[in-house]
Amino acid sequence: MTNTLGYLHSVESGAAADGPGVRFVYFMQGCLFRCLYCHNPDTWKIHAGRAVTLDEALTELRPYAGFLKIAGGVTVSGGEPLLQAPFVGDLLTHIKKELGLSTALDTQGFLHTSVPDSWFDPVDLVLLDIKHADPEAYLKLTGKPLQPTLDFAQRLARLNKPFWLRYVLVPGVTDGEADILRLADFVASLGKVVERVDILPFHQLGAFKWKELNLPYTLENTPPPTLDSIAHTSALFASRGLPIV
Amino acid sequence: MTVMAPLSTYDKAWRGFTDGAWSAQVDVRDFIQKNVIPYTGDESFLTGATARTKKVWEKLAPLLKEEREKGVLDVSTDKPAAITAHGPGYIDKELEIIVGLQTDAPLKRAIMPNGGLRMIEAGLEAYGFALDPPVAEIWTKYRKSHNQGVFDVYTPEILAARKSGLVTGLPDAYGRGRIIGDYRRIALYGVDFLRKDKLREFHELDGSVFDEPTLRLREELSEQFRALDELKQMAQSYGFDISAPAQTAQEAVQWVYFGYLAAVKEQNGAAMSMGRVSSFLDIYIQRDLREGLLTESQAQEMIDDLVIKLRIVRFLRTPDYDQLFSGDPTWVTESIGGMGLDGRPLVTKSSFRFLHTLTTLGPAPEPNLTVLWSSDLPRAFKDYCAKVSIETSAIQYENDDLMRPEWGDDYGIACCVSAMRIGKQMQFFGARVNLAKALLYAINGGVDENSGERVAHGFTPITGEILRFDEVHEKYDLLLDWLAKTYVTALNCIHYMHDKYAYERIEMALHDRDVLRTMACGIAGLSVATDSLSAIKHATVRVVRNDKGLAVDYAIEGDYPAYGNNDDRADSIAVELVSRFMDKVKAQPCFYRNALPTQSVLTITSNVVYGKKTGNTPDGRRGGMPFAPGANPMNGRDVKGFVAAGASVAKIPYACALDGISWTASATPDTLGPTAPERQRNLANCLDGFVKAGGFHVNVNVFNRETLMDAIAHPELYPQLTVRVSGYAVNFTKLTREQQMDVVNRTFHQSL
Repeated sequence: MTNTLGYLHSVESGAAADGPGVRFVYFMQGCLFRCLYCHNPDTWKIHAGRAVTLDEALTELRPYAGFLKIAGGVTVSGGEPLLQAPFVGDLLTHIKKELGLSTALDTQGFLHTSVPDSWFDPVDLVLLDIKHADPEAYLKLTGKPLQPTLDFAQRLARLNKPFWLRYVLVPGVTDGEADILRLADFVASLGKVVERVDILPFHQLGAFKWKELNLPYTLENTPPPTLDSIAHTSALFASRGLPIV
Repeated sequence: MTVMAPLSTYDKAWRGFTDGAWSAQVDVRDFIQKNVIPYTGDESFLTGATARTKKVWEKLAPLLKEEREKGVLDVSTDKPAAITAHGPGYIDKELEIIVGLQTDAPLKRAIMPNGGLRMIEAGLEAYGFALDPPVAEIWTKYRKSHNQGVFDVYTPEILAARKSGLVTGLPDAYGRGRIIGDYRRIALYGVDFLRKDKLREFHELDGSVFDEPTLRLREELSEQFRALDELKQMAQSYGFDISAPAQTAQEAVQWVYFGYLAAVKEQNGAAMSMGRVSSFLDIYIQRDLREGLLTESQAQEMIDDLVIKLRIVRFLRTPDYDQLFSGDPTWVTESIGGMGLDGRPLVTKSSFRFLHTLTTLGPAPEPNLTVLWSSDLPRAFKDYCAKVSIETSAIQYENDDLMRPEWGDDYGIACCVSAMRIGKQMQFFGARVNLAKALLYAINGGVDENSGERVAHGFTPITGEILRFDEVHEKYDLLLDWLAKTYVTALNCIHYMHDKYAYERIEMALHDRDVLRTMACGIAGLSVATDSLSAIKHATVRVVRNDKGLAVDYAIEGDYPAYGNNDDRADSIAVELVSRFMDKVKAQPCFYRNALPTQSVLTITSNVVYGKKTGNTPDGRRGGMPFAPGANPMNGRDVKGFVAAGASVAKIPYACALDGISWTASATPDTLGPTAPERQRNLANCLDGFVKAGGFHVNVNVFNRETLMDAIAHPELYPQLTVRVSGYAVNFTKLTREQQMDVVNRTFHQSL
């Protein structure tokens, strides 16, 4: 086992909105993005997390292995898990080898070039966040460029690695029809690796964290999307033949 | 003397049934085993509510509305309850398929002074009614009540512990309940057969030494004959002769209901549960369907009509009582599903029909539909349960795989979590002691932290500034010895007097003569006591004392592991507490009628009231704040999600809490998955996971914060919003504002 320490924000023993079934989720600490709608700004700074060894991280999971085998699996999320690629890679390898559980990686893919193709071997499914289709808007929204994420999506197609697209729908920010169609066209071009598109409606449950961290929050007055808007967005993705939930 | 019905009556009633031991002697389990038709299919056969059903249900709507506004719709103040006290009553005589009301009009409550006159006086006064003077005179001058009897013998320490809230909810002023008559016997055998059997049991004792237990038993058996005769008369007043067994499904449902009705006409027990009737009735329904006497729609109508009746069972209680128990519960618990000892599921189409009433009639807290969950249940039934849970939040689940080895495959749940073999076992309901408050007493040497009064004598307080675990542990242990003694003494007082002055004649007539009795003790505040001990052990807890030297607050330095995160450092404290208190109870020298002591970890919604009566605790909880319900982790301290919380709860050994361990798990629909089929499958898998881990009971609440906040603001729009709280479901709008906020806060704490 590696001696690298991992930095965890927290774990969730029963999440049903982070991949198929009910899953154990590692929320890794640390992220380079500064998304305006982030609901976990408390995961940004890597050393604010709880340092754990690989074995300690696995010890948290082991009691649930029998249950997770039937009910779902494990998702590594964050933060951005690729920021701790060596640790997360070892973690996923052990989850697969030792416990035989289904694994998912929840990422925006920005740092994917830092790991070789084999790094993804123990990953059964990627939950890929593409936060905007327009490069400029993407930069404005996240603080980082879009292209690495698009490259990553293509890499997944090349590796034949299934993924779910996750798209956070924010009124006035990510609900432009042309942008959505542009993203839908791109994702549709990747073929059958795209197993599902999850539309995640923006919510204000993370607002208090910005306040606690003394960070300027710009979406204070942004409402959650309407049901109509969600349905319309679904229809746009579906119009490109994408599997919508 | 009884007259045996002509043989042909039985031939006709039992046509098409496979006979067995049950044909010669009372043995309902054997009848079920020989005749039940397990169903492994899905819910597609079900039919919706008929126009007739809707009409009957709608007829009640204005009455229910008026009752909600007034608290109590009407009371029969001049007729002390008895099986035959009231003439027949109807919702709509023309339309009803299953008939019978507690009094002569729907929602009109009866008075039951044998339990205690004070409760009735207070209840009547609170809702603007007056007690009939002759009734007051009779129960003051000539007839003693259970309540008077108990207070004649209580000790000063019991009175003090009761007053301070160290021991609460004792059934010393009203009916104890939690006794389930085997109402199925009436349908299967008819009353005459049962009466004859009771007579046999009576005469078996003719040659015994007439010591006190024998004399008491003979007198009780005589009371049972009388109750059976009155049951027949009551049914007769509705135009039915139930001396013979039921010939059809409709009669079977009606006969069973008459038995239950007689019980709720005479007893205002804290919980008046139904038992396990659905798969029994299914045998009759399937026979009628086979014979072409019934359609599926008519079968559902009968169940709907029965359930309507069970939904309007009412007792006159006081506002204090309603505050303690949240709303107006009756715990008409019906146990559904489970597995047979031979490995066949006891799920039938009628298991579906009963759950389907939550759809045909809309969600409701009563009857308290309880699914006996086994990982071996048919997949389609599991999925259906999950679906109905997600839509209505009105089902509770209990672990059949844990209970079956203990109680066999014909047990039912009384109240929320109390398993008992139907017709063969009863319990002496014992409410519960407040373990968190007891810990404060250990620190303060038996003095109450709120009143400053001495409740427990012979103890010295802890005087150090920092709480040392060993010292607290030792003092707590001694205090718990005293508490167990005081508590069991109180329960012996209560149940001796209840048998003497408010004996459950009809319910016990539907039991075997020689039953297993359990003394059902209970504990509240488990997570608060556990976390307090964990804080003392793993962090530094400094005592803050007032000018009289009384410890009134605690300052915690450092972190401590909290119960509910699947962390053995804390969970082992909870396990140890439960087993330790059980041992202390068991160590008591006398249990009335040689009852077998058990305990529950169950606080219903009274966790709010217990919290109110308990000062600041060493876990950091502020005085007056609610406890967590049942065996739940303390609100907000379970930070690793519900699977970890469930794993902690599942560690509490059933062997040390044979009267049940309750867990309330709440979720918004989204947290169960993005689509309806995923939510359904995820919930079913979680239930499987929980029972496999050894978890005993779980309430499943599925709703969203907006629904609840809106319901607080506009209760009139949500008359049917059902919330499952520990052990049972409750109408959300009937909760107090505090309880509503408690439900909201403990449900939707912020997480990633």
